[in-house]
Amino acid sequence: MIGLLSTGYGFWNPIVWLVVIAAALIVSFIILKAGRKDYSKDTEQVKPYLSGNDEPSASDTHVRGGNLYYGFTRALKGYYDKLIPLHTGILNDYIAWFLIGLVIIFVVVILI
Amino acid sequence: MMAIPLIAVAILIGIAFAILLIKRNMIKMVMALGILEGAVNLFLVSLGYREGGVAPIFVSAPDTAMVLPTVQALTLTNIVIGVATTAMILAFIMVIWKKYGTVNADKMRRLKK
Amino acid sequence: MSVILDNLPALLIAVPLFGAFLTPLFGRFLPKVRTPWAIFAVLASAAVAITTAIRVLISGPIVYVFGAGASAPAVLDSAGIPIRIIFTIDAFGAFMLLSAAIVSVAVMLYLAASQKRRSGKSAFYTLYLLLTAGIFGMVSTGDLFNFFVFLEINSLAAAALVSYHRKGGIAVEGAIKYAVVNTIGGLMVLAGIGLLYSQYDTLNMALIASQIAPNPVTITALVLFLAALAMKAGSVPFHFATPDAYSVAPSGVTALMIVASQAGLYGIFRILFTVYNGVFNTVTVGWVVIILGVLSMVIGVTMALPQKDVKRLLAYHAVSQTGYMLLGVGVALCVLHDAAALSAYGTTAMEGGLFHIFNHAMYKGLLFLAVGAVIYRTGVWSINKMGGLGHNMKWTMIFFLIGALAIAGIPPFNGFASKLMIYESTFAFNPVLAIIAMVVSILTLASFMKVFHSLFLGPKQPEYAEVKEAPKPMIAGMIILTVFVVVLGIFPDLFVNAVISPAADALLNSGTYLSAVLGGGL
Repeated sequence: MIGLLSTGYGFWNPIVWLVVIAAALIVSFIILKAGRKDYSKDTEQVKPYLSGNDEPSASDTHVRGGNLYYGFTRALKGYYDKLIPLHTGILNDYIAWFLIGLVIIFVVVILI
Repeated sequence: MMAIPLIAVAILIGIAFAILLIKRNMIKMVMALGILEGAVNLFLVSLGYREGGVAPIFVSAPDTAMVLPTVQALTLTNIVIGVATTAMILAFIMVIWKKYGTVNADKMRRLKK
Repeated sequence: MSVILDNLPALLIAVPLFGAFLTPLFGRFLPKVRTPWAIFAVLASAAVAITTAIRVLISGPIVYVFGAGASAPAVLDSAGIPIRIIFTIDAFGAFMLLSAAIVSVAVMLYLAASQKRRSGKSAFYTLYLLLTAGIFGMVSTGDLFNFFVFLEINSLAAAALVSYHRKGGIAVEGAIKYAVVNTIGGLMVLAGIGLLYSQYDTLNMALIASQIAPNPVTITALVLFLAALAMKAGSVPFHFATPDAYSVAPSGVTALMIVASQAGLYGIFRILFTVYNGVFNTVTVGWVVIILGVLSMVIGVTMALPQKDVKRLLAYHAVSQTGYMLLGVGVALCVLHDAAALSAYGTTAMEGGLFHIFNHAMYKGLLFLAVGAVIYRTGVWSINKMGGLGHNMKWTMIFFLIGALAIAGIPPFNGFASKLMIYESTFAFNPVLAIIAMVVSILTLASFMKVFHSLFLGPKQPEYAEVKEAPKPMIAGMIILTVFVVVLGIFPDLFVNAVISPAADALLNSGTYLSAVLGGGL
């Protein structure tokens, strides 16, 4: 059967997956069509209602990329505080890491 | 006597990496690259050395037994590659000097994190 | 016609080099035809590479001896001395040729648009074609010293291309780090070649493979090859120069540099599986490769999460994805001498790792091209300053989304197929590794949600009101890669059976390679 990828323990068939996704899309399209009919674009309807306040400017409402995952990096602060300073940007350190890696691999491969 | 060139190779590689690790001046690092390249070249040539061998020049060889000049060819190729690399890195250092005002690897770290 | 077909491996190098060194001439005398000429040269070399690959996949390994008739012995010259210069292209090399050819064409189309208003086009296209020639040479040579020469061509051309744009010297800083680190790596490879030559008095990979025995000298050479080529491939802890170079290189070039660094992976696998054909302690070396892979995956993705420069973020993901390939192949190496485990999951792990090489070249190339198109139109690198570009650049957004879903391993794109093969086979080998791989995949998805959100979503920003859709040649380049991302995702089995399985077989059974070169003995 075309599209059947056997991995030795299981299999994966993207065609079946696509059929399922297509069915799900059709169902959601039907639900969408069953929605309200009195919505119209380009009128006052589409503006957000903010208790009568003016809508803030576009650059203020956009969450900038640097603010996402603040919580993640904050939670792993101990890890990042150790990891990021290792990337010093100094060429000599890059060469030192190469030598360290080379020696470790050498010792491991020779001894074990 | 085979050991002497190999000891020299080891010493040169040691010197080259010591400079590469300790010296922050990019020009000195390029010199260290030159030493490293010279060490590898010396290593290759010393592999091809045969005591009492005959140079592989047909007109001047006494008979057909001659040294196979493979490693010498490799060394020549590596010298050419080394010239290209050194020239390119020195050109980069000139641009860095113009733009950053330094050739110090410590100060050359606008790309980090 | 048959002359061309018989000499394909020579044309593989001759065509890009010819194209490369004619480009400055056109630039000097006929500037108008320079870009079309460069596109034609890349198309021609890609056509040669794809034809070669198809011939190899259909009729078995090609052994091409430079300067000798087709029937001459591949190793010994007329005087019986093993100094032939040969190209040996088996299924693994053919597979790498395919990926390099496809990416080089897509990137060339992109560059035709992105370089339009830049100066210094002649040297740029020359270097680009030299980089292509370097990659083609690395993956098709059958001679260790030629491998080193092509590695240096690859590194030099790549470093020069990295330094090309971005004012303020920052690109040169990335290039100098990349150049110095790769020069040291190249010299270590050459030292390793010297060590092997001292033992076996030959440079021919197959001839070395037929005699190799584990002793301190050959094992030292193995370690030198492994560390130096892992640095070329950008694996942790040798990865430091990789994000520096990728983040400042012109975007299209970065996409081809992905393939250039994968040629380093090709070198590792070729040397481990073919030249040493498993005479060393495969379990130890296999675990070394696995640990390099796991470190690359974890450190790459965790360093990518807090990045602000969008190309640097993608570069760390390139490090992370390299880890998957090392993991898959490392598992196969670990069980190389255990026939039961090899057939149960080792071969699948190998196929997954190799399939991931191809997939990564496609989707990471696509991501770099899409991000490059955004940078081309906005002139901004920081994701903190972007936003709402989906309103202006719909096609770029769609291509970026496809690439992002593929790299995160979301079905039905190609990244999922190869990752599934790696997960299932490594789970059978060691469940912890499979779990790490899945967690890294989740973090990849998280990271790309961030990039997608901050580049394309959100309200239309006033400073980007004038931004237009990317130029058509850029879109064309992205379409080529998108087609492969989607088609390989929907029909993974066809590609795996036709290309990946032969490539994995070629590595696992080095006997095929040896007998193709050596014939029935010396």
